[in-house]
Amino acid sequence: MNGIRFRLNGKDVCYEGSATDRLLDVLRDTYDMKSVKCGCKEGECGACAVLIDSVLYNSCCVAVGAVEAHEILTVEGFKETEQFKALSKAFAELSAVQCGFCIPGMVLASQALLMKNPHPTKEQVQEGLSGNLCRCTGYNAIVNAVLNASKEGDGLW
Amino acid sequence: MKDICKSVVKKDHDPKIKGETRYLVDYNLTDKGERILCGKLLHSPYAKARVLSVTVPDLPEGYFYIDKTDIPGDNNVNIVLDDTPVFCRDTVEYIGEPIAMVAGPDEKEVDRILSEIKVEFEELAPELDIRNGTKNFFEYEFGHGDVEKAFREADKIYEEEYLTGYQDQTYLEPQGMMAEPEENGVMYVHGSLQCAYYVHGAVMRALGVDASKVHIFQDPTGGGFGGKEDFPSIIGCQVAVAAKKANAPVRCVFDRREDLEFTPKRHPSLCRYKVAVKDGRVTGADCEVIFNAGAYSTLSAVVLQRGIIAAIGVYDIENVHVTGKAVKTNTNPCGAYRGFGAPQTFFAMETMMSHIAQDLGEDSIEFKERHFVKQGDTTSTSGRYHFPVPLPRMLAQVDEMADLRRKHKEYMKAQTGRYRRGIGFSAVFHGAGFTGSGERDFIKATAKLRKYKDGTVEVLASNGDIGQGVRTTFPKIVAHELNLPLEKVYYNHPDTARVPDSGPTVASRSLMIVGELLRRAAIKLRTIWRDNEEQEVEEHYKEPDFMIPFYLDRFEGDAYPTYAWAVSAVEVELDTYTGLSKILGAYGSFDVGTPVDYNIVMGQMEGGFLQGLGYASIEKMNYDNKGRIRNNSFTDYLIPTAMDVPNLQVKLYVEEYPDGPYGAKGAGELPLVAPPAAYIEAVEQAMGGSKRHKLSFIPFSAEDVIHELNKEVL
Repeated sequence: MNGIRFRLNGKDVCYEGSATDRLLDVLRDTYDMKSVKCGCKEGECGACAVLIDSVLYNSCCVAVGAVEAHEILTVEGFKETEQFKALSKAFAELSAVQCGFCIPGMVLASQALLMKNPHPTKEQVQEGLSGNLCRCTGYNAIVNAVLNASKEGDGLW
Repeated sequence: MKDICKSVVKKDHDPKIKGETRYLVDYNLTDKGERILCGKLLHSPYAKARVLSVTVPDLPEGYFYIDKTDIPGDNNVNIVLDDTPVFCRDTVEYIGEPIAMVAGPDEKEVDRILSEIKVEFEELAPELDIRNGTKNFFEYEFGHGDVEKAFREADKIYEEEYLTGYQDQTYLEPQGMMAEPEENGVMYVHGSLQCAYYVHGAVMRALGVDASKVHIFQDPTGGGFGGKEDFPSIIGCQVAVAAKKANAPVRCVFDRREDLEFTPKRHPSLCRYKVAVKDGRVTGADCEVIFNAGAYSTLSAVVLQRGIIAAIGVYDIENVHVTGKAVKTNTNPCGAYRGFGAPQTFFAMETMMSHIAQDLGEDSIEFKERHFVKQGDTTSTSGRYHFPVPLPRMLAQVDEMADLRRKHKEYMKAQTGRYRRGIGFSAVFHGAGFTGSGERDFIKATAKLRKYKDGTVEVLASNGDIGQGVRTTFPKIVAHELNLPLEKVYYNHPDTARVPDSGPTVASRSLMIVGELLRRAAIKLRTIWRDNEEQEVEEHYKEPDFMIPFYLDRFEGDAYPTYAWAVSAVEVELDTYTGLSKILGAYGSFDVGTPVDYNIVMGQMEGGFLQGLGYASIEKMNYDNKGRIRNNSFTDYLIPTAMDVPNLQVKLYVEEYPDGPYGAKGAGELPLVAPPAAYIEAVEQAMGGSKRHKLSFIPFSAEDVIHELNKEVL
């Protein structure tokens, strides 16, 4: 079989379509990963961000052929982890989720940041989330939630 | 802080953060398991043209072409006037106007068909300039005192002109609606929307059916900010007509480019102000306000009304004359955006006051402060400020946060070097609820509570949660009055088949007006509560007794029962080499009455503040000489990121409103309104003040800074 093999949320999958298909569409349409949102389809808004080998990518700008033999994490997989729970609790405590559309991408951006830097400064969080647009919050609640998660979830990252 | 202010975990937190919330685009099939057809619009490429003929290629089986001839009812979208068509009439009036829809199972095939449709146009000359609009959709005039006398007796008269640009709401979830034919000829329409009953009225009319044959549901909505007030009615009619023809579910979801280019935005404006000053005090103001409505009138009447009511800002001025016009041009119809006309006029008035103060050699904060309205003063429309006006205390709060007064004086002194600083100040109000007698005569809100046998209580209302948190705050109010744990009270997204019309989700009205109805309903339910029984209570809106009736024909009376207030300061560091203004701090004090949930209200204030800063600085959108919007992607239309305003500080000031739940007033729109003028005053100050560089338009970009600074060299 000539499919494209990769790991998606810890499971091996084999995609039978074209290698040039957009990862965003493949994740949403073939694997039903609906947490991956389409906000612009041109790599600007971050709503479709996923982790590829723990690095944050906008899945609208990735051809599925490029992820062969790599590991993809979406919120469907991430939500089972302790790190997610710490982030979710911190977001909840500050009501950092408004319309919710940017949030799955934002959570994965937070995870990517904390994996690289478990104790970021406020400026580092702002930079780490700067590829993810949120129109609702003004970012304060989200940035503070990530800082709180980093403190309270100490040791998780 | 009252008990009700304490923050709770938002009811929709968990499904949203886990990515489990299903937005419209996330349905693979309908709830009944039916396949959904993809509907896409054929947009006009011309700003004005006669449509001579349309040639549609042979359609494969299961594909449909839908245009005005398929509309069973009336080709008018029910908004304010009857001029916005569902599909274009004999002419197209702006670039992007929907001519037809193609619907079918495969999106790529739909795209192919769309690209092969041949439309023969006779191009006509479009009107693109707000200064020579082809007609005025709406005109208003009002005033008080004798403005001519004020000018005759003035020591000095100031005349200035202000321009503001488009602003796009840029909700992260683009527009989208779906229609599903049900049994017995019922059409079910749902999607990303703010006003379920607006869509209901519109679809009934387009399909030519009575109320029972249509029901509307709000799907979880990824942001609105006004952008999903009227537009879902338009797409809702289009998909309903398509679904009727195809006898199958049809969904139309815009991509980002379509959304930025072809959906409503904030009205660009031109304000001409003439102000009389005598003995250091403003004695008269003549304000001419022109809004670019675009090709159809949509919501422009009400946007313009709110705009001109705010024309003289938060100031007590004896003689006032205001005219407002919403002008037709062959451009994209403008609509609702947080602030609803007021950001434009507040920008004009705040900037005018600053410029006058600088000319008089007075600190503009002190000059504005001397003119603040007080409780009991007359409003621009000869109504009354019935409640305390806390602006002086809010200014003190911002002064403490920002060291405003000291810096404002210091930065006024001549600066040299590459980096120069400025701090600006602005004060505004926002009237909550519909303008004038709208709540009483037009909306007539009804809200219900239904208690089930198991003791749970459901809120029945039509206000949609678009991120602002009504799914949490409504139940919070009800649970509070009934002494129930919050888990026992819930509020689903509204379906018009199940909920009464408590009015649209607009005008910062949901919490203040519908929240109060729910509070009263809960008290009623408490008094008749019987265990193990299903019970229902209902409440209707009643205008507060103290209001001076508003007459639209004379434009006179209380435009709003009460006002929320905002004071903001913005500090910038301007790089005179690159033109970039770094925002060092953005500070706001907001009085929205009692916050029914502290975090939720803070989220509204911070989010709105940032949108206001974007509006003033980087959110530039305009059209070319053919009328085509040039900024239709996030590469060309920039909205603030997490790095743009690193130091945003907000405080709440509470002046309780007796007719709002627990003292709450409207909150959502207020925070956007003040920052633009504060930002511009800050940039202007960094450039040496208005005597050297008089800034009078927004957005004011880095390029504009350089352009302005270059005048010094020439």
